[in-house]
Amino acid sequence: MTTPIEPPHLPGAGDETVENAIELKDVEGLSQGQIVRRRFFRHRGALAGLLSLVLVAVLAYTSIGAFGISGWYTWDHFTPEDVVNGGEPTLSLPVWLGGEGFALGAHPFGQDEIGRDVFARTMKGTQTSLNVMIIVSLLAALIGMTIGAVAGYFRGSVDQLLMRFTDLFITFPVVVIGAVLGNIAGSAGAFWLAVALGCITWTTLARLVRGEFLSLREREFVDAAKAAGASSFRIIRKHMIPNAMGVIIVNTTLLASTAVLLETALSYLGFGIKAPDVSLGTMISQYQSAFSTRPYLFWWPGLFIIIIALSVNFIGDGLRDAFDPRQKRVPSARKMARALRSDRTAAGTSGEPSA
Amino acid sequence: MVVFFVKRLLMSLLVVLISTVIMYVLVDMSIDPLEDLRISTAPNKAEQMANRIAELRLNDPILLRYFDWLRGAAGCLYGSCDLGENWMTNQQVTSLLRGAVITTIQLVAASTFLAILLGSMVGIVSALRQYTGFDYAITFLSFLLYSLPVFWVAVLAKVFLAIDFNDFLADPTITFAAVVVVAGFVGLVVSSAAGGKGKDRLRNFGIAAGATAVLMLYLRVTDWFTEPNIGIVLIALTSVGWAFVVTALSTGLRNRKALYSALSVAALGCVLWLPMLYVWEWAEDAGILGWPLVFALLLIGIAVSAGIGLAWGGPDKTRSARTAALTAIPVAATLFIDRLLQSWDNYNANSAIKGRPIATIGSRTPNLEGDFWIHTIDSFTHLLLPTATLILISFAQYTRYSRASMLEVMNQDYIRTARAKGLTERTVVMRHAFRNALLPLASIVPIDIITLLGGAVITETVFGWFGMGRLFVVSLGANQQDPVMAYIVIVGILAVVANLVADLLYAVLDPRIRVAA
Repeated sequence: MTTPIEPPHLPGAGDETVENAIELKDVEGLSQGQIVRRRFFRHRGALAGLLSLVLVAVLAYTSIGAFGISGWYTWDHFTPEDVVNGGEPTLSLPVWLGGEGFALGAHPFGQDEIGRDVFARTMKGTQTSLNVMIIVSLLAALIGMTIGAVAGYFRGSVDQLLMRFTDLFITFPVVVIGAVLGNIAGSAGAFWLAVALGCITWTTLARLVRGEFLSLREREFVDAAKAAGASSFRIIRKHMIPNAMGVIIVNTTLLASTAVLLETALSYLGFGIKAPDVSLGTMISQYQSAFSTRPYLFWWPGLFIIIIALSVNFIGDGLRDAFDPRQKRVPSARKMARALRSDRTAAGTSGEPSA
Repeated sequence: MVVFFVKRLLMSLLVVLISTVIMYVLVDMSIDPLEDLRISTAPNKAEQMANRIAELRLNDPILLRYFDWLRGAAGCLYGSCDLGENWMTNQQVTSLLRGAVITTIQLVAASTFLAILLGSMVGIVSALRQYTGFDYAITFLSFLLYSLPVFWVAVLAKVFLAIDFNDFLADPTITFAAVVVVAGFVGLVVSSAAGGKGKDRLRNFGIAAGATAVLMLYLRVTDWFTEPNIGIVLIALTSVGWAFVVTALSTGLRNRKALYSALSVAALGCVLWLPMLYVWEWAEDAGILGWPLVFALLLIGIAVSAGIGLAWGGPDKTRSARTAALTAIPVAATLFIDRLLQSWDNYNANSAIKGRPIATIGSRTPNLEGDFWIHTIDSFTHLLLPTATLILISFAQYTRYSRASMLEVMNQDYIRTARAKGLTERTVVMRHAFRNALLPLASIVPIDIITLLGGAVITETVFGWFGMGRLFVVSLGANQQDPVMAYIVIVGILAVVANLVADLLYAVLDPRIRVAA
């Protein structure tokens, strides 16, 4: 008996047509925004990231309160209290996770050496990080977008000048410029630190937007707008920026996670947020020497930095997939089989598979 | 092309020059040399302040001070360097820098090299197995690494890698549970990376897990961690293994001539094992033992191996020569590590080490007495943690980039053509796809080096290495303008050079790039 030799499974033309058909059916009759939204919400990682980021933000802002409104949590981040339970966290895990039944206790994350509540401090630090993240990414997006758009649209000597200006910022590691600027702005508070960081982290975005604009400006709709007598400002604002929005949004998101890490790193080095303000970075630098005796002081701030940065990165990844028209979802094997079957019945062939 | 690069170089130098002006002003605004005096309660506070203002010329216009500094710095071009001094200790910045530059370059070079190697390998495998469990796991891992705060990881590494591992080394016992867990993990990773259908997968899992278990049991039975050594038997086995791996990747095992040349190199390595020990001893007596000798021997070894490949002859002897030369590198490294490990006992028992070999602070053990081998082990044990931390930063980036570019390449028409010609999967991947996928990486490396220098600032601070990054942080914290500026200039020039090298590389590697003057 001879064994039939199976042809190696390569994505052939037949498969590709079917894949395209499935893809097309998914987006039929939807606007660009709807397609992007649908694709984003289908990305499980991005959805999980969005959910955990929202949860962390809600927890941080409501627990100890923000912007003058007080929160639901008992303690605050600066008053030393009586040390309960030797400062150990009173949080205990549910039984099925190996704990002694779920309980929060008086100080769920424990207390530091002078009795300040670590949960309140961590939440304050998380607030700082989130605030800095938002300001840095908005400011950097604005500057990067403007410089990139102007350079890409006008080209020539304007482009040269702006790109050499951008090179000034790329010459040094961001941490270095950040440290020098942070040393000036850090003592003025988190807001000014965020502004300073926003002024140095826009470079990647500017380069990308410029690249996008260089190709957009050759397109017919730009010519049409010019022929209709639109001003340069109007063409950039109404016709080109909306088309470059994908690049801008995706990179702003990725920039946001860098901003969190940058702020905490600078605060750790002592050139960012300074006491009495609380940052996750200063908490780590303050408590790292106590690692052997009170490791929990060190775990919590690190954990929250990772949660924030990781969620933002996943959101960015989801956005990139959603905005990228080349990005094709691989249909599941069952979907492919079904589509192939209906394809064949439609064509009236019932013999050998084409691939 | 030359005109283009000269233009680029001049332009970049101009950018560095302008950026030093800006940074000089910013640093001046950032620091406050009078900080300690402002809060002092000394009766002659005003006088002290006036003295320091006069000493540091704080009342002079800033541009005047900049040009004075620039004149000193420009002296470096003709050999009379004056980068200013640390005004507290009156140490010349040039003497502060001397050790620091070497320390940082050592740190960054090792981690860049390893990160590129590991990252691009993992990324390419992940691209070849797109949408499999392995791919998803690697994607998640790279996102996680990307989101880790370096300083936090560094402290954890200190505790778990160094302190706990030292505790383990003090009383090394490998439990059976550890053998099962590690073997199962390695088997899982290898089988999912190798891909294939159910049966192949099970076989790969069996081979990988079995080999790991045997290795770990060997380590356990011989009590390896108490007396680490390789020995001639393991050298022989690993050399032959390398010969097969390198041949399989570079020409394919079908090419017998290449396989034989690689195997001859492995055999040569085994034969040279004993004589080499005498060579090292002789070199030590002659006083020429050191890194230059090691590298010279490595080069000779590569050249001889290439010769062996040529000697095997055949229609494509250059490929045999290349395979043999590539095999020579891991074989030589194995021999070198074997010699190093022979000094491990001496190192571990050294009074300066006291049985805690993995270091957490500094770049070398102070007052360590011993020969070249002891000092080499010492710098390796010190490099271990900071390098691992720095690799974590850039590993994720290289994985993402190489995965993306490999995916792009695998969809190109020439890959389809190569497959249609009937080439083996190995040839398609290694010859046609791999090389082209690495091209875009050339433009990322310089930017990554700048990022790594930034990362080194934090890593050096955590691990107490007196490199440039630490010099920068300490000087900025202590309100020292001149050392900070020296750091900035050096990093700026490094960045320009790295960018230029990348452009050159790119133009050489990719003939499609036309650089117009």
